[in-house]
Amino acid sequence: MSLRTSPIHDLAMRRAELAPERAFQAVGILAIVLPLLLLLWLFGGALVDAWPRLGWDFLTGFPSRKAEIAGILPALAGSAWLMALTALIAIPLGLGAALYLEEYARPSRLTALIELNIGTLAGVPSILYGLLGLEIFVRVVGMGRSVLAGACTLALLLLPMVIITSREALRTVPQSLREASFALGADRWQTLRRIVLPMCLPGVLTGVILSLARAIGETAPLITIGALTYVAFLPDSVHSAFTALPIQIFNWTSRPQAAFHVNAAAGIVVLIALMLLLNGAAIWLRARLQRRVYW
Amino acid sequence: MSRESTGTGSNGGGSSDPVSTHDSRLSTLDSLNAPRALSERVIAAVLFACGMVSIFTTLGIVVVLVKESAGFFSEVSLGQFLGDTQWTPLFTDKHFGIWPLLAGTLLTTAIAVAVALPLGLLAAIYLAEFAPERARKVLKPTLEVLAGIPTVVYGYFALVYITPLLQKFVPGLAGFNALGPGIVMGVMILPVIASLSEDAIYAVPASLREAAYALGAGRLRTVFRVVLPSAFSGIGAAVILGVSRAIGETMIVAIAAGQQARLTADPRSPIETMTAYIVQISLGDTPTGTLEYRTIFAVGLALFLLTLALNAVAFRLRRRVLKGGAL
Amino acid sequence: MAPEENGTRRSFTSGAGLERAARAADATAAPPDAKMAAHDLHAWFGTNEALKGITLSIPEKRVTAIIGPSGCGKSTFVRCLNRMHEVVPGARVRGRVTLDGQDIYASGVNPVRVRRRVGMVFQKPNPFPAMSIQENVLAGLRLSGEHAPDPAGTAEKALRQAALWDEVKDILKRSGSSLSGGQQQRLCIARALALEPEVLLMDEPCSALDPIATARIEELIHELRERYTIAIVTHNMQQAARVADFTAFFYQGELVEVDRTDVLFTHPSNRKTEDYITGRFG
Repeated sequence: MSLRTSPIHDLAMRRAELAPERAFQAVGILAIVLPLLLLLWLFGGALVDAWPRLGWDFLTGFPSRKAEIAGILPALAGSAWLMALTALIAIPLGLGAALYLEEYARPSRLTALIELNIGTLAGVPSILYGLLGLEIFVRVVGMGRSVLAGACTLALLLLPMVIITSREALRTVPQSLREASFALGADRWQTLRRIVLPMCLPGVLTGVILSLARAIGETAPLITIGALTYVAFLPDSVHSAFTALPIQIFNWTSRPQAAFHVNAAAGIVVLIALMLLLNGAAIWLRARLQRRVYW
Repeated sequence: MSRESTGTGSNGGGSSDPVSTHDSRLSTLDSLNAPRALSERVIAAVLFACGMVSIFTTLGIVVVLVKESAGFFSEVSLGQFLGDTQWTPLFTDKHFGIWPLLAGTLLTTAIAVAVALPLGLLAAIYLAEFAPERARKVLKPTLEVLAGIPTVVYGYFALVYITPLLQKFVPGLAGFNALGPGIVMGVMILPVIASLSEDAIYAVPASLREAAYALGAGRLRTVFRVVLPSAFSGIGAAVILGVSRAIGETMIVAIAAGQQARLTADPRSPIETMTAYIVQISLGDTPTGTLEYRTIFAVGLALFLLTLALNAVAFRLRRRVLKGGAL
Repeated sequence: MAPEENGTRRSFTSGAGLERAARAADATAAPPDAKMAAHDLHAWFGTNEALKGITLSIPEKRVTAIIGPSGCGKSTFVRCLNRMHEVVPGARVRGRVTLDGQDIYASGVNPVRVRRRVGMVFQKPNPFPAMSIQENVLAGLRLSGEHAPDPAGTAEKALRQAALWDEVKDILKRSGSSLSGGQQQRLCIARALALEPEVLLMDEPCSALDPIATARIEELIHELRERYTIAIVTHNMQQAARVADFTAFFYQGELVEVDRTDVLFTHPSNRKTEDYITGRFG
């Protein structure tokens, strides 16, 4: 039982053997942290640039040729109209489709096609939804370049995400509760309306709010259907012409004068704040959902 | 997907199967209760219609693109579209060659992938193989934030911060260029590549890692020689989806890459992508029905086919992963 | 991972078993040296103690079988012998395991070097899917960064040792996963043998195989015992009786009894062993 000391038989670890692994781990961490730091730096820059313009006047002002007095009220109002209408359209459609796929559809070619199609739609560039909206909602249906046409377009864009999150919410409702309801003589719709929907509603809403947080920054499809870039009035009906916050940011960014870039930075701060607000609301809802124990 | 077992057996069981006997008894009961069954049917029909909306959306996109493109191709030949090397529909000397727009798209996409692929893969390997479980749970969603930033914001960053910064290092970099937006787009698609690659790496069976360890392989060699080759399909799908995302990305390039369709591989010069061209025309109040108006649908159709093809390839690769066929 | 010499508990039965094994070994012509030995070995998964102080020797160039009902810690034990246990997240080990007298859990020992000398074959065949048959055999060399001077010759030698050469010599470029289950398992054995280990650990190597493939692997184990020290975990008592010189019976993380295989199966000294081998539980 002698200790053999040929290189292979020497069990000892050499420091050099661990070095490459440690170095690789460091590189891996950098690959994650560096892009995040870059983003932080960019936001820091935008916040500093925007600081002098951030104030009540900016939020309640109308656009102007003079950068110093221009505000985002019409853009904010337009985005609010858009989000409200989009939610009104996307929630029933998305929830309906999710209910159909989860509770009603039987495995068939058509069901498989619908599922495949939802996946496909999620990969279609958003600007193509804009072309769809331009042709169908603006021209064929005759909505014109209205806030309603914009909302319809965004609703179709959000639909895959709303359907997917709603299906997940429906799946969290235990099968045993459905069976209990059936055993009491309730039919399928009664079971869904009285038992399943109330339980999964917070989950569905969370998904919808997260989708809206995405939609509020969508720019390309709205430009394509012809949202205006200079609006000095507030939308007063679903048929009004409109602008939206990201469009206003785009407009100011496209101008050569640095003063407008400052306005764009301020618009970005407001837009990100709104997104954070929506995400926060979703997280709050989800927390509430998890606190409620059903079973 | 049917959760309730009324109706024909959800697994397509034969008629001898006791489940379907049970089913037929239930449906007899249903028919005794005609009014309720009717309302059930109406509701089922409404929900079915909701499910069909997604199909009609896809059909709508295809029909709109094809119909308007047909109008375009009745005036411009396909040969010209695919053969000409200039894209000047707004000039008096009109040319309709898609190549400059395609080149602009591919150039910015290539830059984005050059940024996102190494970073995304490193991040994925670190998260799947080295990060402690707790760090993984925090870092993965944090990385997703990069994909959630509105692209108009990224466009602003590319134009106002990144390009001026790059101009200090890259001589001859124009104010509008492919490089700045390309890099920013890389940051945007980084989570797509990192997250999906991480899934693929994480899904490699532990038995393969153990086999490598038991053969005396160190962790790095195990990762690079055994785990990554086994996750190849999944990583390929991740990269392709990232590419598809970059090709369809609009606002970053519309803001920061310029609006000059030119056939070039020089990342320092202004270019125009397919998506940016659609934005340019949409902003210009081009009257409907004109040839200029139709060009955006022809370009849109090309964009649609390109991303659809990429997504289909990625879908197949991922399905292979899920089935374990890649292993 | 400093060795803990002050073993808090030492199983009475395992001590007695060791003595019996030693006596049994004395009875044979040449008493085998212990190639590997565990001293008061404890292992945990999280807070669950899977091994509760095992002391057991693995004699050189002999086949030692480890039997016991599922969950008794027999797989964990062999995984501790080449430091594979710690690969599982949350797994811990305390105690001493020696290889030629050297403690493999001493601080500063590189587990990678231990595994080069102590090879392992797993329950389910796990050839590398992205590699051909030949690449699989050579994987150990390549993965440890060694240059094989004669790859084809090395591969052939290992495949012959694993009794697989004749079946695969014409399809060496094909993927390892194209083989049948039994062939895959022999490929995995060849892969381990190509590294010329001193000890071969086999963790239920036949549990995923049909009887014919199992018989081939057992034949192979007979041939390999001439050159290698083998520890085989099996849930199949007949298999232990067929292939092993020594058999150890584990129960609930403790070593109940170890002895020459024929003695253990005919005259078990412990009531639990008797109950198990007569099929009263497990």
